[in-house]
Amino acid sequence: MKRWVLLAAFLVVAGSLLLGAARMRPFGAPRLDLMDRYFNALSQGEAATNNVVTAIVFDYRGYDTLGEATVLFTAVVGVALILRRLKG
Amino acid sequence: MSVVVRTIARILVPVALLFGGYVILHGHLTPGGGFQGGAVAASAVALLLVAFGTSAVKGLKSPFAVLEDLGGVAFVVLGFLGIGYTFFFNVLAGSGGLFGAPVAPGPNPGFLNTGGTLPLMNWAVGFKVIGGLGAVVVLFALFGGGDDR
Repeated sequence: MKRWVLLAAFLVVAGSLLLGAARMRPFGAPRLDLMDRYFNALSQGEAATNNVVTAIVFDYRGYDTLGEATVLFTAVVGVALILRRLKG
Repeated sequence: MSVVVRTIARILVPVALLFGGYVILHGHLTPGGGFQGGAVAASAVALLLVAFGTSAVKGLKSPFAVLEDLGGVAFVVLGFLGIGYTFFFNVLAGSGGLFGAPVAPGPNPGFLNTGGTLPLMNWAVGFKVIGGLGAVVVLFALFGGGDDR
């Protein structure tokens, strides 16, 4: 019974992977480059920055950077909590 | 550590701090930014620890903690500057004031006085990363017992 379940799961995963590989786009040809062209055309005007990566990280996806800063803060707090000196 | 390591560290610590500051300051023009420059500057703290032992970095724990708190608060405040439009809206871009110079479209070498709130956010995140990673290094050093090796 367990063997047949595993075989079915294997067939489903392998089939979906093979299907995805068969329908893959040719290498180096992005199908959806709408956002790429948007950022290349407008980020210099909207964010007033030559560095498009910085414009995305700090302007368009500022929430993401706020989460990264929170992750760093949490890591520091965790280190301080684990390595604190116990009294007595 | 030996005299050789101490001498090299005396030369390299200012260089690492300067390069970290450069990466943060030019974050809106060149590759890099607050996170990367802060990590570079925090590596100077690790170099201090390796070369001069725990006693050299012992007093830096509270300043680093304050630095990280100030950086985080400044980052959130800069995000709230654009709350009239959306959170993290770039209100200073193209406004003509500090960091508000307009950018010519197309490929150009860039100008430091551009970017709106992005350079200020780079500095906030940079101070946050310097404080955070430096505090982690100092905490690890203090946990080791404080013997100068």
